[in-house]
Amino acid sequence: MKKHLLQDKLESSARRGFMKSTSALSGALVIGFNLPAAGAKTADAPMLTNAWVKVDGKGAVTLICHRSEMGQGVYTSMPMLVAEELDVPLSSVKIEMAPSAPVYINAMLGGQITGGSTSVRDAWTKLREAGASARTVLVGAAAETWKVPASECTAANGVVMHKSGKKLAYGALVAKASTMKAPEKVALKDPKDWKIIGKNKARLDTPAKVYGKAQYGIDVKKPGMLIASLAQAPVIGGKVVKVNDAKAKALKGVVNVIQIPDGVAVLAKDFYTAKKGRDLLEIEWDNGPGADLDMESIAAALRTASVNPGAIMRKDGAGIADMDKAASKVEAEYELPFLAHATLEPVNCTAEIINGECHITGPIQFQQGAQYGVAAGVGMPPEKVFIHTTFLGGGYGRKLELDFQIQAAQIAKAAGVPVKLLWSREDDMTHDFYRPLSLHQMTAGLDAAGNVTTFHSKLTSPSVTARAFPPVVQNGKDPFMAEGSENLTYKIPNILVENVIHDTGIRVGFWRSVSNALNAFAVESFIDEIALAAKKDPVAYRMDMLKGDARSQNVLKLATEKAGWGKAAAGRALGVAQMECYGTHSAVVAEVSMTKDGPKLHKVTAVVDCGIVVHPDQAHAQIESGILLGFSSGMKNSITFKNGVVEQTNFHNYPLLRMSETPVIDITFVSSSAAPGGLGEVGVPLIMPAIANAVATLTGKRVRKLPLMSAFA
Amino acid sequence: MLKLNVNGKPANFDGDPDTPILWVLRDHLDVTSPKFGCGMALCGACTVHLDGSPIRSCSTPVSAAVGKKITTIEGLPAGVGKALQDAWIAEEVPQCGYCQTGQMMSAAALITKNAKPSEAEIVAAMDGNICRCGTYSRIQKAVVRAGKSVAGAKA
Repeated sequence: MKKHLLQDKLESSARRGFMKSTSALSGALVIGFNLPAAGAKTADAPMLTNAWVKVDGKGAVTLICHRSEMGQGVYTSMPMLVAEELDVPLSSVKIEMAPSAPVYINAMLGGQITGGSTSVRDAWTKLREAGASARTVLVGAAAETWKVPASECTAANGVVMHKSGKKLAYGALVAKASTMKAPEKVALKDPKDWKIIGKNKARLDTPAKVYGKAQYGIDVKKPGMLIASLAQAPVIGGKVVKVNDAKAKALKGVVNVIQIPDGVAVLAKDFYTAKKGRDLLEIEWDNGPGADLDMESIAAALRTASVNPGAIMRKDGAGIADMDKAASKVEAEYELPFLAHATLEPVNCTAEIINGECHITGPIQFQQGAQYGVAAGVGMPPEKVFIHTTFLGGGYGRKLELDFQIQAAQIAKAAGVPVKLLWSREDDMTHDFYRPLSLHQMTAGLDAAGNVTTFHSKLTSPSVTARAFPPVVQNGKDPFMAEGSENLTYKIPNILVENVIHDTGIRVGFWRSVSNALNAFAVESFIDEIALAAKKDPVAYRMDMLKGDARSQNVLKLATEKAGWGKAAAGRALGVAQMECYGTHSAVVAEVSMTKDGPKLHKVTAVVDCGIVVHPDQAHAQIESGILLGFSSGMKNSITFKNGVVEQTNFHNYPLLRMSETPVIDITFVSSSAAPGGLGEVGVPLIMPAIANAVATLTGKRVRKLPLMSAFA
Repeated sequence: MLKLNVNGKPANFDGDPDTPILWVLRDHLDVTSPKFGCGMALCGACTVHLDGSPIRSCSTPVSAAVGKKITTIEGLPAGVGKALQDAWIAEEVPQCGYCQTGQMMSAAALITKNAKPSEAEIVAAMDGNICRCGTYSRIQKAVVRAGKSVAGAKA
């Protein structure tokens, strides 16, 4: 199974790379799952604990959420897995966010990271076992109390029952249970007995979010805290040469001005004053080598780099050796721009250094990175740095980065008081780690019957991994750059996937669905172009190339049937795309018309096979959210540079999707008993190729460059 | 010293009268339900009511609020506030949730005036509020549900 080989390789290389690239960590991190001892007893308050469960003597249950809640629902789905096996009602549990600790490392990524659509996949067995372990101990404690075999006892709703009818609530069993050893092996429930998994449980964070009580990073407040606004070099990477802060300091309300390696911070009791003071700073910057960069030179250098031989990411059959023997050839190039994450909550972080400890509170996606990055940034031992994760007002990969946590800690250290660093929208837009721009050179060789015999995909792009986790990239191979191309599902005898890493000088970051969105736009647009050249229906053509792949064929068949393939209304056209990513198969159909302003998306039909669906309503929400993020970004957004400075600053020149532009979305999940696949990013990659394919069918115009609307300007 | 009324209670602000209402609420009065998204009245995350009308508090100076009533999600009239919150919960609207208090303040102004808005009226009232998670279809359903609840209570 190619997919699983790929996944193994991704996982192992990411894990290796993480360990190497953060050598400071290697002594402290233990990869793997070590459930702490079942019982932890204090003098007067017995408590049954493991890494995900705390039950106190009154029966109050606290479950630990070890992934960052950024909208995707882990604050509910992680506890669902534990509560199912612990056998407690989900509505009665309290949730705590996990600290940074080795036990919470994501085995699929090698760090305590929320990303890669891995939360449920990584937790699937581990968290159910954590719940079952605690339940087994509680049942054992009841059996001992009653002097009966444990096999005669069952648990449900926080109560252990004996077949005789005797009952004891978990709370009453905690004192005894906390002295007992956790079982080495536990039995998990038969899926037919699930009461929580697969059910539409209410999200546990919804009430706090609609009452305005949920705490995001931006809402953190500490006694004596000041708000900081940080002036950073107009060109990312630039440095302060000279600063005159006299005018800023003269502004009423400005408390302090602090220089850190990334810039100059102005501190006040409110953000308005801090920002106003910051705007009064007179700073001479050395903008560094980045000041020469503009889009023309960046694009030209990318194209120049694309003639270099790439690292071979996949070679099937003869690769491209027989391309020239093909009866005909189809060639096309696709280009995608830099993108900003643009989370609605701008980058922020609160740092407090007190009693030799540094407490970092904020919207964080990578807890160990924050812990060790901050430790290095302020010269403190990592064990003295504590990470407190708030709700995230959007993540999309931006909050994996460590820049803002280190900045906050450095400012707080110099200020001697707790500091909340808050970036303006303009700071956030102009100092991001951008989704890489890309150039995809695609060639297909066809036989006389129009079948693809040779398929060549060559991607030239900056490598996020080379920046963030350099050792993961070996011999020019960045496994994340091959997402969406290496795992091509089509049966083609000869395939070559090669990637050229080209550093444009612009810093790049992981962005929801990473390279899947880049490669899927190229691959799925190109498949339609090949089908057109072969004079075949794009769906029938795909179905033919997916023979033997039942899951892929099924989602494609269902999506096109539901969308009414071949029956588009007058003035409208349908476009299709399909792929596997994150262990999930999906197909998307877009229904498009043309207006005087360009293409309009009316309806999206998506069919998803992600195996077992843990939380159906929120699985639906994630696919919808992914589709709309892909749509919002792909239609209108690009980040461009002039003299090294980002030209987009706020939502007037980097517009985000609004209600009036939102299409109808019809989503169906395939019923399955396969282990869960990922979901958080699955919706993103397919919507733009589906739209581009519909536009080509409707107008004859093939758009190969995003943002798509720029072709209709 | 500016004398303010926030959610029916008196409050004072002794600072620059040009300070946007948002920062007075968040940083001085500890009312953090209005969120900062753009600072340019482009996203609606900071929406509060001034004498019952929705405004972008990031771009409205606090001096404009003197003699008027500032209302945030905590201070909505019980009927409308509860109807909206119940509807948002019933429809499981929030994902990251960051924009939702702003969305609900725009919706509150709408259903107070018009408890049975058409789809077009909902879109018109809500189009200034960005949701980066894309919860728009659920927001629409929740507005309809909340409006029905308010209309039902009046009937």
